Amino acid sequence: MTRAFRPTDLAEALRLLADVDLGARPIAGCTDLLVSKTAVGWSPAAVVDLLRLEELRGVRREGERIDVGAAVTFAELRADPLVRQHLPILAEAAATVGAWQVQNRATLGGNLANASPAGDSLPVLAALGAELQLATADGERRVAYDDFHLAYRRTALLPGELIVRVRLPVPAPDAVGAFKKVGTRAASAISKVVVAFAARAGGGVLREVRLAAGSVAPTPLRLRAAERVLEGSAPDATAADAASSAARGAVQPIDDVRSTAAYREWVLGRVVRRMVLEVGEARTRAGTAAG
Amino acid sequence: MSERSTFRLNGREVVYEGDPLARLLDVLREAQGLTGTKEGCGEGECGSCSVLLEGAVVCSCLVPVLQVDGREVLTIEGLASDGAHGALGEVLVREGGVQCGACTPGVVVTLRALLERDPAPSRAAVREALAGNLCRCTGYEGILRAVAALVGGEESA
Amino acid sequence: MREPYTMRGPPVPFLLASPMTPLPESDTPAPLGNATAPASGSVGARPTRPDGAGKVDGSAVYVDDLAVEGAWHGATLRSERPRARFTLDTSALTDREVVCLTAADVPGTNRIALIADDWPVLADGEARHVGEALALVAAPTRAEARAAVAELRVAYEDLPAEVDLDDALAGSARELAACAVEHGDVVSGLAQAAHVLEATYETAHQEHAYIEPQGMIAVPHDDGSVEVIGSLQCPYYVHHALVALLGCEAEGVRVRQAVTGGGFGGKEDYPDMIAAHAVLLAARAGRPVKVIYDRREDMLATTRRHPSRVRHKTGVDADGKLLAVEIEVLLDGGAYTTLSPVVLSRAVLHAAGPYACPNVRIRGRVLATNTATNGAFRGFGAPQSQFAAERQMDRVAREVGVDPLTIRERNAYRPGDVTPTGQVLGASTSAHACLAEAERRTGFRERWKALEGERAAARDDGRPRGGIGLSLCWHGVGFTGNGERRMDSPVAVRLAPGGRLVVLAASTDIGQGTQTVLAQIAAEAAGVPFEAVALAPADTAVVPDSGPTVASRTVMVVGGILARAAAELARRVREHAPGESFAAAADAWLAERGELEVVERYADDGTVFDEATYRGDAYAVHGWGADVVEVSVDPDTLVTRAERATLVCDVGKAIHPLLCAGQVEGGSLQAFGWGHLEAARLRDGRLEQDSFSTYTIPTSLDAPAMETVLLEHPGGSGPLGAKGVGEIPMDGGAPALLAAIENAVGISAARIPATPEVLFEARERGASDE
Repeated sequence: MTRAFRPTDLAEALRLLADVDLGARPIAGCTDLLVSKTAVGWSPAAVVDLLRLEELRGVRREGERIDVGAAVTFAELRADPLVRQHLPILAEAAATVGAWQVQNRATLGGNLANASPAGDSLPVLAALGAELQLATADGERRVAYDDFHLAYRRTALLPGELIVRVRLPVPAPDAVGAFKKVGTRAASAISKVVVAFAARAGGGVLREVRLAAGSVAPTPLRLRAAERVLEGSAPDATAADAASSAARGAVQPIDDVRSTAAYREWVLGRVVRRMVLEVGEARTRAGTAAG
Repeated sequence: MSERSTFRLNGREVVYEGDPLARLLDVLREAQGLTGTKEGCGEGECGSCSVLLEGAVVCSCLVPVLQVDGREVLTIEGLASDGAHGALGEVLVREGGVQCGACTPGVVVTLRALLERDPAPSRAAVREALAGNLCRCTGYEGILRAVAALVGGEESA
Repeated sequence: MREPYTMRGPPVPFLLASPMTPLPESDTPAPLGNATAPASGSVGARPTRPDGAGKVDGSAVYVDDLAVEGAWHGATLRSERPRARFTLDTSALTDREVVCLTAADVPGTNRIALIADDWPVLADGEARHVGEALALVAAPTRAEARAAVAELRVAYEDLPAEVDLDDALAGSARELAACAVEHGDVVSGLAQAAHVLEATYETAHQEHAYIEPQGMIAVPHDDGSVEVIGSLQCPYYVHHALVALLGCEAEGVRVRQAVTGGGFGGKEDYPDMIAAHAVLLAARAGRPVKVIYDRREDMLATTRRHPSRVRHKTGVDADGKLLAVEIEVLLDGGAYTTLSPVVLSRAVLHAAGPYACPNVRIRGRVLATNTATNGAFRGFGAPQSQFAAERQMDRVAREVGVDPLTIRERNAYRPGDVTPTGQVLGASTSAHACLAEAERRTGFRERWKALEGERAAARDDGRPRGGIGLSLCWHGVGFTGNGERRMDSPVAVRLAPGGRLVVLAASTDIGQGTQTVLAQIAAEAAGVPFEAVALAPADTAVVPDSGPTVASRTVMVVGGILARAAAELARRVREHAPGESFAAAADAWLAERGELEVVERYADDGTVFDEATYRGDAYAVHGWGADVVEVSVDPDTLVTRAERATLVCDVGKAIHPLLCAGQVEGGSLQAFGWGHLEAARLRDGRLEQDSFSTYTIPTSLDAPAMETVLLEHPGGSGPLGAKGVGEIPMDGGAPALLAAIENAVGISAARIPATPEVLFEARERGASDE
């Protein structure tokens, strides 16, 4: 029978996970894990419950960063005042993860560790330039989100290593952002395509453009060709069309149970294009109002 | 020994000994004999197994029992025995929010959680809260009518 | 070693499906069941459903909630291949505390007795679809049973499989059923037409997705009889199948319905199979056996709605008046016949839609494929063929240059019109009233035109595009043709102390409210309060075979027979003690004359149908309905949201308006789900969407705001003119939704579900005016 551990401090959890003979696996919200456990009879030698670790809880501001605990749930994220004020696209994404029951359990760290290409929060973390604070019994390290998902369902986590915090830069005053999930239905849906966009738009041109998409490749993907197209451009129809083409050219979506490759590629282009156009329209409106 | 989980279930302390990865749903239905919590899908999609864990609505099919150790769990049986149930249960029946009943305990649990945080939810808020409780019979309209009647205090025609 | 099993009687602790509260001896009865509403006793009121309180507090007992002492659990080994010869190696289970059954252990002909008797209880040497049952195991716990199944070894030798209609047409094209309707002269009708339009429409599999998966418990008794308790719609179907399987007398099998968590047709046919499995395992194990499907197993193995391909060739005059229609209906039956002949019959009889046409030819076929057998599902073929008819009518309107309402007003049936089978439609024909009400409520015609204009002028601003669509449907109530005459349908009413009545009918409450409406009908007919009527449980040892709970027949057919029985009983009681209260008269009868039970049966209504030629009165009466659906479509993603629906339905007489509306609302949302959300695609003969996370039924956020309008057009043949309402809500939702999408974005999809992918492909192929 599986042994269960419910440590209340991080050091204890890391020690347990470092014990090779124990063979313990970390668990948190279990919203994916228990589905597969039921399907395949998952029965590790031991599990370590992460939900009692204070070090993984809470959202706080630390200087120019918002620091989110890995065990913060999506229900907490979508309601958190700091997240809503500074990282609205993360709050928006959190609100699309499953339904209420799942949002009450699923955690940001779980979404990362589970490493599904369809993880709703992941393109947002890419677009916002998230940095992950990881820990083992031997110490801590920081890894940019961009370097975290290595391949289909594979992460940079070492054996016994936990995601402790997710640190997100507070966006500049001229920051713009957009999030769009195209799912299988209006709620409680798995994404067909999910896109997140962040940039600075001061002076009428886009800078520091970060654009990422999920469900279009084996891992969540930065759309770097499209970013390059947009970098330094005004958010107008020409730039939008060029970014759309570049985005479509950068992905290799597949036919699967939720959608088709052809639709995914098309809709990715449409969504990217619309995000750029809407940034442009918002700037125009703002300019008109100011002028 | 950590393979024992002790938790408060509907106000009384219970002890479960066995597989710590056992689903809370199975512990409730089989070990505790509380069959009001239903299994509709076993993967957190249908909400028929909804319970309140520390006051938050969750799918008990996705909660390993080890995680409820030291926690408070309320099931439909517990909720139905308190004073707040009568009016909600009655209005759900009266307004057509109940047909086959398989989703109903989960719907009641979710609505109780909603009403706890928002005593007068809008139609939009109810729709959003219920998105994790699939109902195949009513088209949801009867459930929405019921909540509207409850919070509006109106008798329907 | 476990303790030996001992039977304790009474065998199973069991909450009745219907409250059989012991009737008090007093003359002033307390309310039965959980009734909280004031005594109404009259049709048209909204008495509280007696099963409601137990459902909201979790105390209602469904099959998996039954704790049966000593019961083992059954599990099933299923085919992984669409078609293969197979051999089984069960040696891993030797010397284990389990029982294992294969086809060789099935008595008799190894068939489920239904229509064609071609459906094996366990596949014998050749599997014909993914998910087909190959072997059964029972073990002390559910986990042990599943683990034991996983240890069985199967060697497959694949055979060429035909998994869809394309395969079947290109291959063996084996027909499971065929039928045809011929009326007038189609060739000359088409020759006179100003416009002739041809198109083909397709619909996909649909899962019932009742929230309670299927399950059965079989309990063997010491006297050799067996009792089955389960989630089911039709206790006597299960009874019939088990008596045939076991080769026993009728008394040897008792079938009881547990509280049933939805059916929609899905628990009409397949429960026969699960009951057979449970009974065979219980017989071998010598103890009760519980067989409860989980969601994946239910989705893999049980029936679905027949996929369809319907070709229309339509000739109209310059004004769009129908001159001739030629229709070919093709259904995918799956691996075995089951109910396909009857589904096809209904599909064909509804295929021309609710429109008068002098020249009609409809041909229908069901082809076999190597997929799980397709069976009964709300609407029973009519939604498929009317989806095609309604989309074709919109195409005709566009061709002729009129709006969708006008084309329907020009063609919809009126009383006295003749259907393709030669049936002269009666006074209850309310198609025009439904259309007029829909127009009055929604202003459809003007809004449709306005939105057509908006679409033409739409800018690329990313804003959701609005669209509105209309459909008109009809639905024959009760069994097709002479089915009701054959069924006979005895219904009994028994007198109980205090002037109470007990209704004995085999109709099941699967959520739709049968217990409530039948009690209302009996109360109304007998002139007693609603609370004085109780329903006997759906138990073959208690109630007569008044027919299955299908075909929208419960209120109109069973209810009609019940009303006669209740009225006759009340008449006799009142005549026995004139001037006394009914309660006093009842007690006097019981004291002086003993028991009183009145049985009534189907009464010939004069309808005549020739099943060989498909001429005559196909249905005693039809329900009519018009749906208006409003959508918004995101032009960037082609994601459709159903925003509002106005559902006009002529039910003749609403016995219980709230429950009636519940049928309309729930059925319509199933139709909208089928229309655009519930993607169902096969890969290698296996349904890809095999779970609730991938097969996406509508959530509360996918459901439109629904306004239900119940019309009570006179002329229905049920109690006080009632017609059935169970199925017609499934007919019009999908075509109205697709029409609204076309109005919004100009994409005319010819197949459902019209997911964004389907709409995208349709536009890429140029089936668009943009």
